[in-house]
Amino acid sequence: MLAYLIRRLWQMIPTLIGVVLLVFFLFKYFGGDPAEILGGLNASPDQIQAIRDQLGLNLPVWEQLWIFFRQIVTFEWGKSWATNESVANLFMTRLPATLTVMVPILLLDVLLAIPFAMAVAAVRGSLTDRSLMVVTTVALSISFLVYVIVGQYLFAFQFGWFPVQGWSDSTLTNLLVYTPLPVLLAVMVGLAPQMRLYRTFFLDEIGQDYVRTARAKGLTERTILLKHVLRNALIPILTNVAVALPGIFVGSFLIETFFSIPGLGREVLLAVNRSDYPVIQAVTIYIAVITMCVNLVTDVLYKLADPRVVLK
Amino acid sequence: MSAVLAAGSGAPAASGGVWGAAWTRFRSDRVGLVSLAIVAAFLVLIVASASGLVARGWQQEVGVPNAPPHFVGPAPPTESNAIAQPTGPNVDISDVDPLAPRYKEWAERAAQLKTVETIKSETLPFGGDRLGRDVLAKAVKGAEISIMVGVLAALVATLIGTVLGALGGFFGGKVGDLLEWVYNVFTSIPGILLIFTFAAVLNRADAIIPRGVWSIVIILGLTGWTGIYRLVRAEFMKHAVREYVRAAEAIGASTFSRMFRHILPNVSHVALVQLSIHVVGFIKAEVILSYLGLGVAVDQVSWGTMLAEAQSELILGHWWQLAAATLFMAVFVTAFSLFTDALRDALDPKLRGLE
Repeated sequence: MLAYLIRRLWQMIPTLIGVVLLVFFLFKYFGGDPAEILGGLNASPDQIQAIRDQLGLNLPVWEQLWIFFRQIVTFEWGKSWATNESVANLFMTRLPATLTVMVPILLLDVLLAIPFAMAVAAVRGSLTDRSLMVVTTVALSISFLVYVIVGQYLFAFQFGWFPVQGWSDSTLTNLLVYTPLPVLLAVMVGLAPQMRLYRTFFLDEIGQDYVRTARAKGLTERTILLKHVLRNALIPILTNVAVALPGIFVGSFLIETFFSIPGLGREVLLAVNRSDYPVIQAVTIYIAVITMCVNLVTDVLYKLADPRVVLK
Repeated sequence: MSAVLAAGSGAPAASGGVWGAAWTRFRSDRVGLVSLAIVAAFLVLIVASASGLVARGWQQEVGVPNAPPHFVGPAPPTESNAIAQPTGPNVDISDVDPLAPRYKEWAERAAQLKTVETIKSETLPFGGDRLGRDVLAKAVKGAEISIMVGVLAALVATLIGTVLGALGGFFGGKVGDLLEWVYNVFTSIPGILLIFTFAAVLNRADAIIPRGVWSIVIILGLTGWTGIYRLVRAEFMKHAVREYVRAAEAIGASTFSRMFRHILPNVSHVALVQLSIHVVGFIKAEVILSYLGLGVAVDQVSWGTMLAEAQSELILGHWWQLAAATLFMAVFVTAFSLFTDALRDALDPKLRGLE
């Protein structure tokens, strides 16, 4: 196990270097000149030159790359160009809001999709199953944006069940007052594809020999589904959750923007619109690191969930 | 033996080939045929709109602001708090008015200019937007942009994914490792964040790629190829060691020829299905990007920009733009998804019945 962990961590290094190189060269050669962005439209050539000197843009490329690399390792990103807030502080203050919204979404999505998918798989081929599949196909073809617009209009503006948007300093208020509507909408939309996918997982398992054996033994359909099929189907479901897991750290850009939730996703979007390079670069690289770590943890969890899995 | 065969069956019927067989299977799929017809109708619409036959005047303000649809009827006149126009003769102030001597001259000059009063219609077939532009024309024009973005981006992504997958799968070794590394780098960043990073860069690169359809196509294409690469690579690995490829090598077929003339046609169904899956994904992505302000340019219209406008209109009760964009998009995307399913079933009968 320990050897496996060390090897996996070792294998992350080339990928991480790749991410750093990608971000560095992308911004260096395709992005705009940072000095011009910082100087604004009225900057004189002297001022531009001064900014270039200050940022080290006149140094050779490899030296700039080294500075960039050092910033990543030491967490010294300096400050946002737009707001002068330190990037580390930005992470600390925005991430909690993102997690407040995203964790309930992920949990509810999975916890609701499993029973629904199992119920649909149990009546596979029936009219209910088929019409539900048609409905989800059509529902999926409508943009998430439409659900959010209409949902906010109906539930918040017309019916007044929820505040239209807002955020407070207390996590509890946020959870009870401001997040229910975004969470409800995201879960409503996320449930259909999730359910379809899990349904196929259940159907795959229901077709297996061990299910036939269980039936032959005379077990009830209920026991077969809840004890035998569910446990085996949990493995692909776990994979699927693992794929979605890193996403909760960046959050849903659309939801955060739409409901004005001060999370990381909205911050990145603001940074993109302001050409605030340090923020974008830092978020991209650290989220990549988090993603890799989460993937590693999931692989280890696999081992716990399924003893047949051999870690190599 | 051969005499018996020759007498019995004559010349064998020409085989339709893999595409012929796929078409035969596709034809028997009624849902697939209907969705193909809808997709084809949309394509005709796009060609017509791109060549200016329909929806050319989508930018013209033909109706009153927020004109309701025909079937709703004109908006009731709103009560205004403007002060009523005074009636009765004006007080004559020409003695003290310094401009008074010139009024006549101005009136004459004004009479020489022709003014045309355009009558803006109270209602439009499916309503008008904030500026009184025809929502139906906008939805048609938006279909053109949105579908074009989806198709072009999917083509770019499929091209990148197929070429890299072919190289990685066929050669393996150092080339394969290098491409796997690139793949790992791209997949270690969550997709939407990668899109934003590319968007941030391209936002400032107007000189290279002007903001608009092409910049989104490039952003989506450059970030969306990884899944296709993985599948095509697996197929190439499988085929590279097959006998027909070895036979081709034995008769002196070049590496390029073996990769793209012998193997590619045998795996192209994978690429084709992935292409159409990605079209749907990218159309949805364009809508979100346009809403977030990273999409098409301001003088263009797409389903995404329509939905972005619809948000503030809905609060005022003007639901038609939202409905038009949603309806167009829902019909096209549903038809295209069903068409993709039918296509996959036809091209890969092994998968039939799975989801």
